[in-house]
Amino acid sequence: MLIGTMEGVGRYVELMISIFRSIFSWHKYLSLTVDHMFNIGVLSIPIVILTSLFSGMVTSVQAAYQFESGFVPNWFVGSIVGESILLELAPMITALVMAGKIGATIAAEIGTMRVSEQIDALESLSFDPVSFLILPRILAAAVMFPILVIIADCFGIIGGLFAAVNAMDVSTLEFIRGLRNWFRPWDAWFGLIKGLFFGVAITSIACYQGFYTTGGATGVGKSTTDTVVISCVAIVFLDYILAALLL
Amino acid sequence: MIEVKNLYKSFGEKGVLSDISFSLPHGQAVAIVGKSGAGKSVLLKCLIGLVKPDEGTIYVDNKLINSMSFSQLQEIRASIGMVFQFGALFDSLSVSENISLALRKLTKLSEDEIKARVINSLESVDMANTEELMPEELSGGMKKRVGIARAIAIEPAYLFYDEPTTGLDPVMTDSINRLIRKFQSTGKVTSVIITHEMRTVYDVADRVLLLHNGKIRFDGNPNGIKNVDDPVVQQFITGNSTLAIKGDVL
Repeated sequence: MLIGTMEGVGRYVELMISIFRSIFSWHKYLSLTVDHMFNIGVLSIPIVILTSLFSGMVTSVQAAYQFESGFVPNWFVGSIVGESILLELAPMITALVMAGKIGATIAAEIGTMRVSEQIDALESLSFDPVSFLILPRILAAAVMFPILVIIADCFGIIGGLFAAVNAMDVSTLEFIRGLRNWFRPWDAWFGLIKGLFFGVAITSIACYQGFYTTGGATGVGKSTTDTVVISCVAIVFLDYILAALLL
Repeated sequence: MIEVKNLYKSFGEKGVLSDISFSLPHGQAVAIVGKSGAGKSVLLKCLIGLVKPDEGTIYVDNKLINSMSFSQLQEIRASIGMVFQFGALFDSLSVSENISLALRKLTKLSEDEIKARVINSLESVDMANTEELMPEELSGGMKKRVGIARAIAIEPAYLFYDEPTTGLDPVMTDSINRLIRKFQSTGKVTSVIITHEMRTVYDVADRVLLLHNGKIRFDGNPNGIKNVDDPVVQQFITGNSTLAIKGDVL
Protein backbone atom coordinates (compact mmCIF):
# COMPACT_ATOMS: atom_id res chain seq x y z
CA MET A 1 0.00 0.00 0.00
CA LEU A 2 2.71 2.47 1.09
CA ILE A 3 5.03 1.42 -1.75
CA GLY A 4 2.15 1.75 -4.21
CA THR A 5 1.36 5.25 -2.92
CA MET A 6 5.02 6.29 -3.15
CA GLU A 7 5.21 4.91 -6.70
CA GLY A 8 2.10 6.90 -7.57
CA VAL A 9 3.58 10.10 -6.12
CA GLY A 10 6.81 9.46 -8.04
CA ARG A 11 4.94 8.97 -11.31
CA TYR A 12 2.90 12.13 -10.65
CA VAL A 13 6.07 14.16 -10.05
CA GLU A 14 7.62 12.66 -13.21
CA LEU A 15 4.53 13.66 -15.19
CA MET A 16 4.63 17.18 -13.73
CA ILE A 17 8.28 17.50 -14.80
CA SER A 18 7.33 16.39 -18.33
CA ILE A 19 4.58 19.02 -18.37
CA PHE A 20 6.99 21.67 -17.13
CA ARG A 21 9.45 20.72 -19.88
CA SER A 22 6.76 20.97 -22.54
CA ILE A 23 5.44 24.31 -21.28
CA PHE A 24 7.64 26.23 -23.74
CA SER A 25 5.73 24.68 -26.64
CA TRP A 26 2.42 26.11 -25.36
CA HIS A 27 1.95 28.23 -28.50
CA LYS A 28 1.71 25.07 -30.65
CA TYR A 29 -1.34 24.02 -28.68
CA LEU A 30 -3.04 27.41 -28.38
CA SER A 31 -6.18 26.43 -30.28
CA LEU A 32 -6.54 23.27 -28.17
CA THR A 33 -6.05 25.36 -25.03
CA VAL A 34 -8.82 27.73 -26.14
CA ASP A 35 -11.13 24.74 -26.74
CA HIS A 36 -10.42 23.47 -23.24
CA MET A 37 -10.90 26.96 -21.80
CA PHE A 38 -14.40 26.87 -23.27
CA ASN A 39 -15.11 23.38 -21.89
CA ILE A 40 -13.59 23.98 -18.46
CA GLY A 41 -14.62 27.60 -18.02
CA VAL A 42 -17.57 28.74 -20.08
CA LEU A 43 -19.58 25.52 -19.77
CA SER A 44 -19.09 25.54 -15.99
CA ILE A 45 -20.45 29.06 -15.43
CA PRO A 46 -24.08 27.98 -14.77
CA ILE A 47 -23.16 25.46 -12.04
CA VAL A 48 -20.71 27.93 -10.47
CA ILE A 49 -23.39 30.64 -10.42
CA LEU A 50 -25.92 28.26 -8.86
CA THR A 51 -23.62 26.96 -6.11
CA SER A 52 -22.15 30.34 -5.24
CA LEU A 53 -25.57 31.99 -5.14
CA PHE A 54 -26.82 29.47 -2.58
CA SER A 55 -23.54 29.58 -0.62
CA GLY A 56 -24.00 33.34 -0.22
CA MET A 57 -27.63 32.95 0.77
CA VAL A 58 -26.85 30.27 3.37
CA THR A 59 -24.04 32.39 4.82
CA SER A 60 -26.41 35.32 5.14
CA VAL A 61 -29.15 33.28 6.79
CA GLN A 62 -26.72 31.64 9.22
CA ALA A 63 -25.16 35.01 10.06
CA ALA A 64 -28.65 36.32 10.83
CA TYR A 65 -29.21 33.34 13.11
CA GLN A 66 -26.01 34.21 15.01
CA PHE A 67 -27.04 37.87 15.29
CA GLU A 68 -30.32 37.04 17.03
CA SER A 69 -28.72 37.95 20.38
CA GLY A 70 -28.81 41.60 19.29
CA PHE A 71 -25.25 42.37 20.42
CA VAL A 72 -24.02 42.59 16.84
CA PRO A 73 -25.62 45.11 14.47
CA ASN A 74 -27.41 43.55 11.51
CA TRP A 75 -25.39 45.44 8.90
CA PHE A 76 -22.40 43.31 9.93
CA VAL A 77 -23.94 40.57 7.82
CA GLY A 78 -22.41 42.25 4.75
CA SER A 79 -18.97 41.91 6.30
CA ILE A 80 -19.51 38.26 7.19
CA VAL A 81 -20.82 37.36 3.74
CA GLY A 82 -18.14 39.34 1.90
CA GLU A 83 -15.18 37.94 3.82
CA SER A 84 -16.53 34.36 3.87
CA ILE A 85 -17.20 34.39 0.14
CA LEU A 86 -13.95 36.06 -0.95
CA LEU A 87 -11.62 34.17 1.35
CA GLU A 88 -13.11 30.72 1.48
CA LEU A 89 -16.47 29.86 0.01
CA ALA A 90 -16.09 31.05 -3.59
CA PRO A 91 -12.76 29.31 -4.27
CA MET A 92 -13.51 26.27 -2.12
CA ILE A 93 -17.05 25.51 -3.32
CA THR A 94 -16.05 26.23 -6.93
CA ALA A 95 -13.09 23.85 -6.63
CA LEU A 96 -15.13 21.06 -5.05
CA VAL A 97 -17.82 21.34 -7.71
CA MET A 98 -15.21 21.47 -10.47
CA ALA A 99 -13.43 18.41 -9.05
CA GLY A 100 -16.65 16.50 -9.67
CA LYS A 101 -17.47 18.10 -13.00
CA ILE A 102 -14.17 18.81 -14.75
CA GLY A 103 -11.86 16.41 -12.87
CA ALA A 104 -14.10 13.42 -13.51
CA THR A 105 -14.61 14.40 -17.16
CA ILE A 106 -10.88 14.79 -17.85
CA ALA A 107 -9.99 11.52 -16.11
CA ALA A 108 -12.70 9.65 -18.03
CA GLU A 109 -11.69 11.23 -21.38
CA ILE A 110 -7.97 10.54 -21.06
CA GLY A 111 -8.57 7.16 -19.40
CA THR A 112 -10.79 6.06 -22.28
CA MET A 113 -8.14 7.25 -24.73
CA ARG A 114 -5.58 5.15 -22.86
CA VAL A 115 -7.60 1.91 -22.79
CA SER A 116 -8.73 2.30 -26.42
CA GLU A 117 -5.09 2.80 -27.53
CA GLN A 118 -5.73 6.36 -28.73
CA ILE A 119 -2.74 7.57 -26.67
CA ASP A 120 -0.55 4.89 -28.27
CA ALA A 121 -1.89 6.02 -31.65
CA LEU A 122 -0.93 9.63 -30.83
CA GLU A 123 2.59 8.52 -29.92
CA SER A 124 2.88 6.39 -33.06
CA LEU A 125 2.00 9.54 -35.04
CA SER A 126 4.91 11.34 -33.33
CA PHE A 127 2.76 13.43 -31.00
CA ASP A 128 3.95 13.91 -27.46
CA PRO A 129 0.82 12.91 -25.50
CA VAL A 130 1.84 15.05 -22.52
CA SER A 131 2.07 18.21 -24.65
CA PHE A 132 -0.98 17.34 -26.70
CA LEU A 133 -3.38 16.08 -24.03
CA ILE A 134 -2.28 17.40 -20.65
CA LEU A 135 -0.56 20.76 -21.13
CA PRO A 136 -3.53 22.50 -22.85
CA ARG A 137 -5.93 21.29 -20.14
CA ILE A 138 -3.71 22.53 -17.29
CA LEU A 139 -3.11 25.90 -18.99
CA ALA A 140 -6.84 26.26 -19.62
CA ALA A 141 -7.61 25.50 -15.97
CA ALA A 142 -4.93 27.92 -14.76
CA VAL A 143 -6.61 30.70 -16.75
CA MET A 144 -10.26 29.79 -16.19
CA PHE A 145 -10.38 28.82 -12.50
CA PRO A 146 -9.56 32.34 -11.23
CA ILE A 147 -12.20 33.70 -13.62
CA LEU A 148 -14.73 31.21 -12.24
CA VAL A 149 -13.77 32.33 -8.72
CA ILE A 150 -14.48 35.97 -9.69
CA ILE A 151 -17.90 34.89 -10.97
CA ALA A 152 -18.48 32.92 -7.76
CA ASP A 153 -17.43 35.97 -5.69
CA CYS A 154 -19.97 38.18 -7.46
CA PHE A 155 -22.87 35.75 -7.32
CA GLY A 156 -22.07 34.66 -3.75
CA ILE A 157 -22.32 38.27 -2.60
CA ILE A 158 -25.49 38.82 -4.65
CA GLY A 159 -27.00 35.70 -3.01
CA GLY A 160 -25.97 36.95 0.42
CA LEU A 161 -27.49 40.37 -0.30
CA PHE A 162 -30.74 38.82 -1.53
CA ALA A 163 -31.10 36.65 1.59
CA ALA A 164 -30.12 39.50 3.94
CA VAL A 165 -32.65 41.89 2.47
CA ASN A 166 -35.43 39.29 2.46
CA ALA A 167 -34.74 37.40 5.70
CA MET A 168 -33.38 40.16 7.91
CA ASP A 169 -34.14 43.77 8.58
CA VAL A 170 -31.15 44.90 6.50
CA SER A 171 -31.35 47.32 3.59
CA THR A 172 -29.18 47.04 0.49
CA LEU A 173 -27.18 50.10 1.56
CA GLU A 174 -26.56 48.65 5.03
CA PHE A 175 -25.38 45.38 3.50
CA ILE A 176 -22.98 47.24 1.23
CA ARG A 177 -21.76 49.32 4.18
CA GLY A 178 -20.92 46.09 6.00
CA LEU A 179 -19.31 44.67 2.90
CA ARG A 180 -17.03 47.69 2.43
CA ASN A 181 -16.25 48.05 6.11
CA TRP A 182 -14.04 44.96 6.32
CA PHE A 183 -13.07 44.63 2.67
CA ARG A 184 -9.36 44.28 1.94
CA PRO A 185 -8.22 43.90 -1.69
CA TRP A 186 -5.72 41.22 -0.65
CA ASP A 187 -8.64 38.97 0.39
CA ALA A 188 -9.94 39.00 -3.17
CA TRP A 189 -6.47 38.33 -4.56
CA PHE A 190 -6.02 35.49 -2.08
CA GLY A 191 -9.22 33.88 -3.38
CA LEU A 192 -7.96 34.13 -6.95
CA ILE A 193 -4.57 32.63 -6.02
CA LYS A 194 -6.39 29.75 -4.36
CA GLY A 195 -8.49 29.31 -7.51
CA LEU A 196 -5.32 29.08 -9.61
CA PHE A 197 -3.75 26.45 -7.34
CA PHE A 198 -6.99 24.45 -7.06
CA GLY A 199 -7.44 24.50 -10.85
CA VAL A 200 -3.92 23.24 -11.53
CA ALA A 201 -4.25 20.60 -8.79
CA ILE A 202 -7.59 19.26 -10.04
CA THR A 203 -6.61 19.07 -13.71
CA SER A 204 -3.14 17.64 -13.07
CA ILE A 205 -4.57 14.95 -10.77
CA ALA A 206 -7.30 14.14 -13.33
CA CYS A 207 -4.78 14.00 -16.20
CA TYR A 208 -2.45 11.80 -14.15
CA GLN A 209 -5.25 9.41 -13.20
CA GLY A 210 -6.49 9.22 -16.80
CA PHE A 211 -3.02 8.90 -18.30
CA TYR A 212 -2.12 5.89 -16.15
CA THR A 213 -5.48 4.14 -16.43
CA THR A 214 -5.32 0.37 -16.86
CA GLY A 215 -7.92 -2.34 -17.15
CA GLY A 216 -10.69 -1.25 -19.51
CA ALA A 217 -14.03 0.20 -18.41
CA THR A 218 -13.47 -0.74 -14.75
CA GLY A 219 -10.13 1.06 -14.83
CA VAL A 220 -11.73 4.19 -16.27
CA GLY A 221 -14.37 4.11 -13.50
CA LYS A 222 -11.68 3.72 -10.84
CA SER A 223 -9.59 6.57 -12.29
CA THR A 224 -12.65 8.84 -12.31
CA THR A 225 -13.57 8.04 -8.70
CA ASP A 226 -9.95 8.37 -7.53
CA THR A 227 -9.69 11.73 -9.28
CA VAL A 228 -12.66 13.16 -7.37
CA VAL A 229 -11.54 11.76 -4.00
CA ILE A 230 -7.86 12.75 -4.35
CA SER A 231 -8.79 16.18 -5.73
CA CYS A 232 -11.07 16.89 -2.76
CA VAL A 233 -8.31 15.91 -0.32
CA ALA A 234 -5.76 17.98 -2.27
CA ILE A 235 -8.10 21.01 -2.23
CA VAL A 236 -8.52 21.03 1.56
CA PHE A 237 -4.79 20.37 2.03
CA LEU A 238 -3.84 23.22 -0.32
CA ASP A 239 -6.45 25.43 1.34
CA TYR A 240 -4.68 25.06 4.67
CA ILE A 241 -1.16 25.43 3.22
CA LEU A 242 -2.07 28.59 1.27
CA ALA A 243 -3.86 30.12 4.27
CA ALA A 244 -0.87 29.38 6.51
CA LEU A 245 1.57 30.84 4.01
CA LEU A 246 -0.30 33.83 2.61
CA LEU A 247 -2.55 35.16 5.39
CA MET B 1 15.15 -3.39 -42.62
CA ILE B 2 14.21 -4.32 -39.06
CA GLU B 3 16.56 -6.37 -36.91
CA VAL B 4 15.64 -7.65 -33.45
CA LYS B 5 18.29 -9.31 -31.28
CA ASN B 6 17.83 -11.12 -27.95
CA LEU B 7 14.77 -9.15 -26.91
CA TYR B 8 13.39 -9.60 -23.39
CA LYS B 9 10.38 -7.90 -21.85
CA SER B 10 8.46 -8.55 -18.67
CA PHE B 11 5.78 -6.69 -16.74
CA GLY B 12 6.48 -7.11 -13.03
CA GLU B 13 6.96 -10.81 -12.36
CA LYS B 14 5.31 -11.83 -15.64
CA GLY B 15 7.70 -12.53 -18.49
CA VAL B 16 6.18 -11.65 -21.86
CA LEU B 17 9.03 -11.86 -24.38
CA SER B 18 12.11 -14.02 -23.98
CA ASP B 19 15.16 -14.04 -26.26
CA ILE B 20 13.35 -12.93 -29.41
CA SER B 21 15.61 -12.53 -32.45
CA PHE B 22 14.68 -12.09 -36.10
CA SER B 23 15.41 -9.81 -39.01
CA LEU B 24 12.93 -8.49 -41.50
CA PRO B 25 14.22 -7.52 -44.97
CA HIS B 26 12.65 -4.67 -46.88
CA GLY B 27 9.51 -5.52 -48.83
CA GLN B 28 8.60 -8.60 -46.84
CA ALA B 29 5.25 -9.24 -45.17
CA VAL B 30 5.67 -11.13 -41.93
CA ALA B 31 2.77 -12.43 -39.87
CA ILE B 32 3.40 -12.80 -36.14
CA VAL B 33 0.94 -15.32 -34.76
CA GLY B 34 0.31 -16.92 -31.41
CA LYS B 35 -2.36 -17.47 -28.81
CA SER B 36 -3.80 -14.59 -26.79
CA GLY B 37 -1.21 -13.39 -24.28
CA ALA B 38 1.71 -14.79 -26.28
CA GLY B 39 3.30 -11.33 -26.45
CA LYS B 40 2.49 -10.42 -30.08
CA SER B 41 1.16 -6.91 -29.44
CA VAL B 42 3.95 -6.17 -26.93
CA LEU B 43 6.51 -7.17 -29.58
CA LEU B 44 4.86 -4.85 -32.11
CA LYS B 45 4.82 -1.97 -29.62
CA CYS B 46 8.52 -2.59 -28.93
CA LEU B 47 9.21 -2.30 -32.67
CA ILE B 48 7.66 1.19 -32.80
CA GLY B 49 9.15 2.31 -29.48
CA LEU B 50 5.88 2.47 -27.55
CA VAL B 51 7.18 -0.15 -25.11
CA LYS B 52 10.82 -0.21 -23.97
CA PRO B 53 12.35 -3.69 -23.87
CA ASP B 54 14.19 -4.84 -20.72
CA GLU B 55 17.08 -6.29 -22.72
CA GLY B 56 18.06 -6.71 -26.35
CA THR B 57 18.30 -4.43 -29.34
CA ILE B 58 15.94 -3.29 -32.08
CA TYR B 59 17.36 -1.71 -35.23
CA VAL B 60 15.08 0.01 -37.72
CA ASP B 61 16.98 0.98 -40.90
CA ASN B 62 20.22 0.36 -38.99
CA LYS B 63 19.23 2.79 -36.22
CA LEU B 64 19.08 1.47 -32.68
CA ILE B 65 15.70 2.58 -31.38
CA ASN B 66 16.00 1.34 -27.76
CA SER B 67 18.07 4.26 -26.58
CA MET B 68 16.44 6.94 -28.72
CA SER B 69 15.00 10.11 -27.25
CA PHE B 70 11.41 11.10 -28.03
CA SER B 71 12.51 13.49 -30.80
CA GLN B 72 14.76 10.84 -32.39
CA LEU B 73 11.90 8.35 -32.25
CA GLN B 74 9.70 10.90 -34.02
CA GLU B 75 11.90 10.59 -37.12
CA ILE B 76 11.65 6.80 -37.12
CA ARG B 77 7.90 6.89 -36.50
CA ALA B 78 7.43 9.13 -39.51
CA SER B 79 8.34 6.10 -41.63
CA ILE B 80 6.02 3.70 -39.80
CA GLY B 81 2.26 3.47 -40.19
CA MET B 82 0.54 1.67 -37.34
CA VAL B 83 -2.93 0.13 -37.61
CA PHE B 84 -4.40 -0.52 -34.18
CA GLN B 85 -6.63 -3.42 -33.19
CA PHE B 86 -9.83 -1.38 -32.88
CA GLY B 87 -8.77 1.48 -35.10
CA ALA B 88 -7.84 3.79 -32.19
CA LEU B 89 -9.47 6.71 -33.99
CA PHE B 90 -9.65 9.94 -32.01
CA ASP B 91 -13.25 10.21 -30.80
CA SER B 92 -13.43 13.98 -30.94
CA LEU B 93 -12.16 14.25 -34.53
CA SER B 94 -13.92 13.47 -37.80
CA VAL B 95 -12.57 10.87 -40.23
CA SER B 96 -10.75 13.49 -42.31
CA GLU B 97 -9.33 15.21 -39.18
CA ASN B 98 -8.09 11.83 -37.91
CA ILE B 99 -6.12 11.36 -41.12
CA SER B 100 -4.98 14.95 -41.63
CA LEU B 101 -3.69 15.23 -38.03
CA ALA B 102 -0.81 12.89 -38.88
CA LEU B 103 -0.15 14.60 -42.21
CA ARG B 104 0.09 18.04 -40.59
CA LYS B 105 2.48 16.68 -37.97
CA LEU B 106 4.70 14.49 -40.13
CA THR B 107 4.73 16.17 -43.56
CA LYS B 108 5.14 19.64 -45.00
CA LEU B 109 2.19 19.33 -47.36
CA SER B 110 -0.04 22.33 -48.08
CA GLU B 111 -3.67 22.26 -46.92
CA ASP B 112 -4.83 21.44 -50.49
CA GLU B 113 -2.33 18.60 -50.74
CA ILE B 114 -3.42 17.28 -47.34
CA LYS B 115 -7.05 17.36 -48.45
CA ALA B 116 -6.18 15.46 -51.63
CA ARG B 117 -4.12 12.92 -49.67
CA VAL B 118 -7.02 12.35 -47.24
CA ILE B 119 -9.45 11.72 -50.11
CA ASN B 120 -6.92 9.43 -51.83
CA SER B 121 -6.28 7.39 -48.69
CA LEU B 122 -9.98 6.95 -48.03
CA GLU B 123 -10.58 5.88 -51.65
CA SER B 124 -7.77 3.31 -51.29
CA VAL B 125 -9.67 1.63 -48.47
CA ASP B 126 -13.10 1.94 -50.16
CA MET B 127 -14.25 4.62 -47.75
CA ALA B 128 -14.82 7.49 -50.18
CA ASN B 129 -17.16 10.30 -49.06
CA THR B 130 -16.87 9.52 -45.36
CA GLU B 131 -14.62 12.49 -44.55
CA GLU B 132 -17.14 14.27 -42.36
CA LEU B 133 -18.32 11.23 -40.38
CA MET B 134 -17.38 10.89 -36.72
CA PRO B 135 -15.85 7.64 -35.40
CA GLU B 136 -19.02 6.85 -33.43
CA GLU B 137 -20.92 6.68 -36.73
CA LEU B 138 -18.64 3.96 -38.13
CA SER B 139 -18.93 0.17 -37.82
CA GLY B 140 -15.99 -1.90 -36.52
CA GLY B 141 -14.83 -2.77 -40.04
CA MET B 142 -15.10 0.86 -41.18
CA LYS B 143 -13.05 2.02 -38.17
CA LYS B 144 -10.32 -0.46 -39.08
CA ARG B 145 -10.31 0.74 -42.68
CA VAL B 146 -10.08 4.38 -41.59
CA GLY B 147 -7.26 3.29 -39.27
CA ILE B 148 -5.52 1.81 -42.31
CA ALA B 149 -6.19 4.98 -44.31
CA ARG B 150 -4.59 7.03 -41.51
CA ALA B 151 -1.55 4.74 -41.52
CA ILE B 152 -1.03 4.75 -45.31
CA ALA B 153 -1.67 8.48 -45.70
CA ILE B 154 1.85 9.28 -44.49
CA GLU B 155 3.22 6.91 -47.19
CA PRO B 156 5.24 4.86 -44.71
CA ALA B 157 8.07 2.44 -45.45
CA TYR B 158 6.72 0.11 -42.76
CA LEU B 159 3.12 -0.83 -42.02
CA PHE B 160 2.37 -2.50 -38.70
CA TYR B 161 -1.05 -4.11 -38.27
CA ASP B 162 -2.24 -5.16 -34.81
CA GLU B 163 -4.91 -7.83 -35.34
CA PRO B 164 -6.42 -6.15 -38.41
CA THR B 165 -9.17 -8.75 -38.95
CA THR B 166 -10.10 -9.71 -35.39
CA GLY B 167 -13.83 -9.50 -34.76
CA LEU B 168 -14.76 -8.93 -38.40
CA ASP B 169 -17.14 -10.97 -40.53
CA PRO B 170 -15.58 -13.18 -43.27
CA VAL B 171 -16.38 -10.73 -46.05
CA MET B 172 -14.83 -7.80 -44.23
CA THR B 173 -11.86 -9.99 -43.27
CA ASP B 174 -11.30 -10.74 -46.95
CA SER B 175 -11.65 -7.06 -47.78
CA ILE B 176 -8.98 -6.09 -45.19
CA ASN B 177 -6.69 -8.90 -46.36
CA ARG B 178 -7.00 -7.64 -49.95
CA LEU B 179 -6.08 -4.13 -48.78
CA ILE B 180 -2.97 -5.42 -47.00
CA ARG B 181 -1.98 -7.35 -50.15
CA LYS B 182 -2.64 -4.29 -52.30
CA PHE B 183 -0.28 -2.07 -50.27
CA GLN B 184 2.28 -4.89 -50.11
CA SER B 185 2.19 -5.37 -53.88
CA THR B 186 3.57 -1.87 -54.44
CA GLY B 187 6.92 -3.29 -53.28
CA LYS B 188 7.61 -0.14 -51.26
CA VAL B 189 6.23 -1.37 -47.98
CA THR B 190 7.46 -3.81 -45.33
CA SER B 191 4.55 -5.19 -43.32
CA VAL B 192 4.27 -6.74 -39.88
CA ILE B 193 0.87 -8.28 -39.25
CA ILE B 194 -0.07 -9.42 -35.76
CA THR B 195 -2.89 -11.91 -35.99
CA HIS B 196 -4.22 -15.18 -34.66
CA GLU B 197 -6.21 -15.89 -37.79
CA MET B 198 -4.52 -18.40 -40.08
CA ARG B 199 -6.61 -17.28 -43.05
CA THR B 200 -4.97 -13.86 -42.87
CA VAL B 201 -1.56 -15.53 -42.61
CA TYR B 202 -2.12 -17.63 -45.75
CA ASP B 203 -3.66 -14.66 -47.61
CA VAL B 204 -1.10 -11.95 -46.98
CA ALA B 205 2.15 -13.18 -45.42
CA ASP B 206 5.46 -14.13 -47.05
CA ARG B 207 6.73 -15.39 -43.73
CA VAL B 208 5.26 -16.39 -40.40
CA LEU B 209 6.64 -16.25 -36.86
CA LEU B 210 4.76 -18.22 -34.21
CA LEU B 211 5.18 -16.98 -30.64
CA HIS B 212 4.57 -19.37 -27.77
CA ASN B 213 5.21 -18.44 -24.14
CA GLY B 214 7.18 -15.40 -25.26
CA LYS B 215 9.58 -17.33 -27.53
CA ILE B 216 9.66 -17.85 -31.29
CA ARG B 217 8.44 -21.41 -31.83
CA PHE B 218 8.33 -21.34 -35.63
CA ASP B 219 9.90 -19.11 -38.25
CA GLY B 220 9.23 -20.00 -41.88
CA ASN B 221 6.91 -19.58 -44.82
CA PRO B 222 3.14 -19.96 -44.49
CA ASN B 223 3.01 -23.16 -46.53
CA GLY B 224 5.80 -24.74 -44.50
CA ILE B 225 3.99 -24.25 -41.20
CA LYS B 226 1.36 -26.80 -42.21
CA ASN B 227 3.96 -29.57 -42.33
CA VAL B 228 5.72 -28.82 -39.04
CA ASP B 229 5.64 -31.75 -36.64
CA ASP B 230 5.33 -29.65 -33.50
CA PRO B 231 2.19 -30.11 -31.37
CA VAL B 232 2.20 -26.42 -30.35
CA VAL B 233 2.30 -25.32 -33.99
CA GLN B 234 -0.22 -27.95 -35.06
CA GLN B 235 -2.59 -27.02 -32.25
CA PHE B 236 -2.44 -23.36 -33.27
CA ILE B 237 -2.96 -23.82 -36.99
CA THR B 238 -5.71 -26.43 -36.61
CA GLY B 239 -7.32 -24.66 -33.64
CA ASN B 240 -7.70 -28.03 -31.89
CA SER B 241 -8.01 -27.34 -28.14
CA THR B 242 -7.95 -31.05 -27.22
CA LEU B 243 -4.31 -31.52 -28.27
CA ALA B 244 -2.19 -31.89 -25.12
CA ILE B 245 0.67 -29.38 -25.04
CA LYS B 246 3.56 -29.30 -22.65
CA GLY B 247 3.95 -25.53 -22.47
CA ASP B 248 7.33 -24.16 -21.49
CA VAL B 249 6.38 -21.42 -19.09
CA LEU B 250 8.59 -18.33 -18.86
